[in-house]
Amino acid sequence: MDNYGIVFALAGAIAAALLAGIGSAKAVGMAGQAAAGVTTEDPSKFSKVLILQLLPGTQGIYGLLIAFITLTQIGVLGGTSDISLVKGFLYFCGCLPMAVVGYLSAISQAKASIASIALVSKKPDQFGKAMIFPAMVETYAILALLVSILSIMGIAGLNV
Amino acid sequence: MAVLQMQRICICALKKDRKHILEFLQRRGAIELFDEIEEDTIFQKKDVSLASSILEKAVHSSKEALRILEEHVPEKKEKLAMMKGREVIDVTDYKEFAGKRDSLLQVANSLIQLEKSIAENKAEILRFSTQVELIRSWMELDLPTDFKGTKSTSAFIGTLPGEWNIEMLYEKLSEFEKLAIDIVSTSKSQTNIFVVSLKEQAEAMNDRLREMGFSFPSIQSTVAPSELKKELEQQIEKTSHRIEELEQNIAGYVEKRDEIRFLQDYDTMRLDKYFVLGRLLQSERVFVMTGFLPKENEKEIEDGLNESFDLVVTFEDPKPEDNVPVKLKNNSFCAPLEGTLASYSLPGKGEMDPTMVMSLFYYVLFGLMLSDAGYGIIMVVACGVCLLKFKNTLEDSLKKSLQMFFYCGISTTFWGVMFGSYFGDIVDTFSATFLGYTAIIPPVWFFPVKDPMRMLVFSMAFGVVHLYTGLAMKAYQCIKAKDIKGLIYDVVFWYMLLTGSIVLLLSVSTFTNTLGLKFILSGEVGNIASIVAVIGAAGILFTNGRESRNPFKRFLKGLYALYGITGYLSDVLSYSRLLALGLATGVICTVINKMASMTANGPLGIVFFAIVVIFGHILNLGINALGAYVHTTRLQYVEFFGKFYEGGGRGFDPFKVNTKYYKFKEK
Repeated sequence: MDNYGIVFALAGAIAAALLAGIGSAKAVGMAGQAAAGVTTEDPSKFSKVLILQLLPGTQGIYGLLIAFITLTQIGVLGGTSDISLVKGFLYFCGCLPMAVVGYLSAISQAKASIASIALVSKKPDQFGKAMIFPAMVETYAILALLVSILSIMGIAGLNV
Repeated sequence: MAVLQMQRICICALKKDRKHILEFLQRRGAIELFDEIEEDTIFQKKDVSLASSILEKAVHSSKEALRILEEHVPEKKEKLAMMKGREVIDVTDYKEFAGKRDSLLQVANSLIQLEKSIAENKAEILRFSTQVELIRSWMELDLPTDFKGTKSTSAFIGTLPGEWNIEMLYEKLSEFEKLAIDIVSTSKSQTNIFVVSLKEQAEAMNDRLREMGFSFPSIQSTVAPSELKKELEQQIEKTSHRIEELEQNIAGYVEKRDEIRFLQDYDTMRLDKYFVLGRLLQSERVFVMTGFLPKENEKEIEDGLNESFDLVVTFEDPKPEDNVPVKLKNNSFCAPLEGTLASYSLPGKGEMDPTMVMSLFYYVLFGLMLSDAGYGIIMVVACGVCLLKFKNTLEDSLKKSLQMFFYCGISTTFWGVMFGSYFGDIVDTFSATFLGYTAIIPPVWFFPVKDPMRMLVFSMAFGVVHLYTGLAMKAYQCIKAKDIKGLIYDVVFWYMLLTGSIVLLLSVSTFTNTLGLKFILSGEVGNIASIVAVIGAAGILFTNGRESRNPFKRFLKGLYALYGITGYLSDVLSYSRLLALGLATGVICTVINKMASMTANGPLGIVFFAIVVIFGHILNLGINALGAYVHTTRLQYVEFFGKFYEGGGRGFDPFKVNTKYYKFKEK
């Protein structure tokens, strides 16, 4: 039973990449539809709405980041993979903030992005402000990323 | 770093010079018009709506003409056309153009006319082809469809609904003795028939057929359908030829494209001029113009005007109640961020221009977030080459963006070197994969991936510096406004509370251990700090509600202001994004390099390696540069500006040359 640690650890890594990735994919897709709509009316706004579309894409990257750090730490990408059951669980828990917050914040950020795309379509000169609204949502993904990174980095040193 | 001092200007000149004075001012682009003096019996505004509408129409025509030309003869886009900017022309060209203007407008109008005829001809073709479709089911008939019969017979040519065969028809019409029926064509929905009966039975036959739902063909022809079809097809061909000819005619105007562009610019300028003209106060021989201009342009405008015209120019300081427009002036290091500032808000009345302080932090924050020497060098080289190569032709806004990314690139390179990131760990990966040993470029400071806690502490410490600078800016503004109360209550107390709290935390061992700090302040320092913090807090509590008279309300307001400390906490935590985004760049670089090294087996390994590395890093640079740009802007807007900056200024919008394709050489 003690060998199962690696299973939980890997499940955590996969969950982070999976959920955050799904969230961002959905989010970028939603924002993309709005952006395409604006571009049909006025192709010159393409670069502006593209940036707004891409904003909720970062959660997927953060998920990948957590997954990668976890994989390195637990030795899946080479090295020893001797993980106790407790540590495996700990890694799993460490990945959860990024997985869950990543998914949900991506969707919420997409909604803010869509609203900002609408804003830019009517007032292109307000692009700077429009960019900030989705970025506000991202703060929470960043905080989750931070907690996940710090936990995963810390677990290796624990004596359990 | 400054908001330019504005002056009021008043020009009183002779009407005969009006055109030239306005043109001169338009080219200089230094005055924003401002209607101050009311109309009276002598000085009145002139109605220019007629002239304006003519010019508007001309501008519209030239735009349309250009669109038509572009549709029929697309212009080859030059590579890097964006870098070339607008073409520069001489003022004499402008003056010469006046003679050609009307003929060019005619060209533009005839282009529009040509397009209209093309559209008409296309509609014609559509009509003909519909007719061809209609006649198709009558092809077997060798009589014209309007054939009515001979001397003693009547012919009925038409359509019955539904599918019929010849027996069914004879049966249905069996009461008529003498008749001939022919089915021209049949389908599920309708049957085309040709019936001949005796003339005297024609009326009865007509009624009978009507009952069956007979109708005459929708297309009546005096010739046989096959011939009609041939005719129609000839018509279609002819019309297509005509369209081709018209298109060639349009193409023939292609060398006029540049001149039509000039026409658009020329008339746009004239339109602007008429707009200004409509706002001037004019008497019989004299006109008066009032406006704002930056003080630094005062001399140049005054001299320029006095040199060639007889007029009176006066300057005076703006009155306190004036809504003075804002124009910023910064050196080339800070100026690129004026746009970022403007998209938040321009400085309001009496506020300072924070561009310089902001730009310093902006470059550093951007560099910290991207923090890779390889990416930094790419940015520096790409922007540097563009800036050098297109030095003279770049439009201002693009030039500023390039400059901004150039400086951001320098900062990115610097932090990349500090944190030992060169395209992530490409040196290690490359040497381990191909050379057999691992070469590591050691960081000048430390590897954030290896020691994230240290990076986190640094990020937050940097955040504290940024926030303190924000408070210092507020202090500066209070001093400038001689608001000593505001300085002490809103700045000094906060400094005391924040610094006291930080020092107190640094003397608590659990806190320093968590952050992994190597030093700890003594308990006595902590005690002093807590006293300072309490004084600060008390000060805020009792002074921040000072605009309320009611003591209870005052206290509550003060309490609420003190609650603002949580805002500072979240502000500082917000800087943890420096760590997160920095790590994101670094770790994704590592992922890319790792993938590349996995593909690098076999003799062609190095090629695959190169492909993965190039594509991967381009993607990563794009995504992370975007992230760094967005989040740096956010830290400035929310955390930094939140401390001192209100904004609300109105941008300076001078009467100037507002062209799309050409610009004038400055004298």
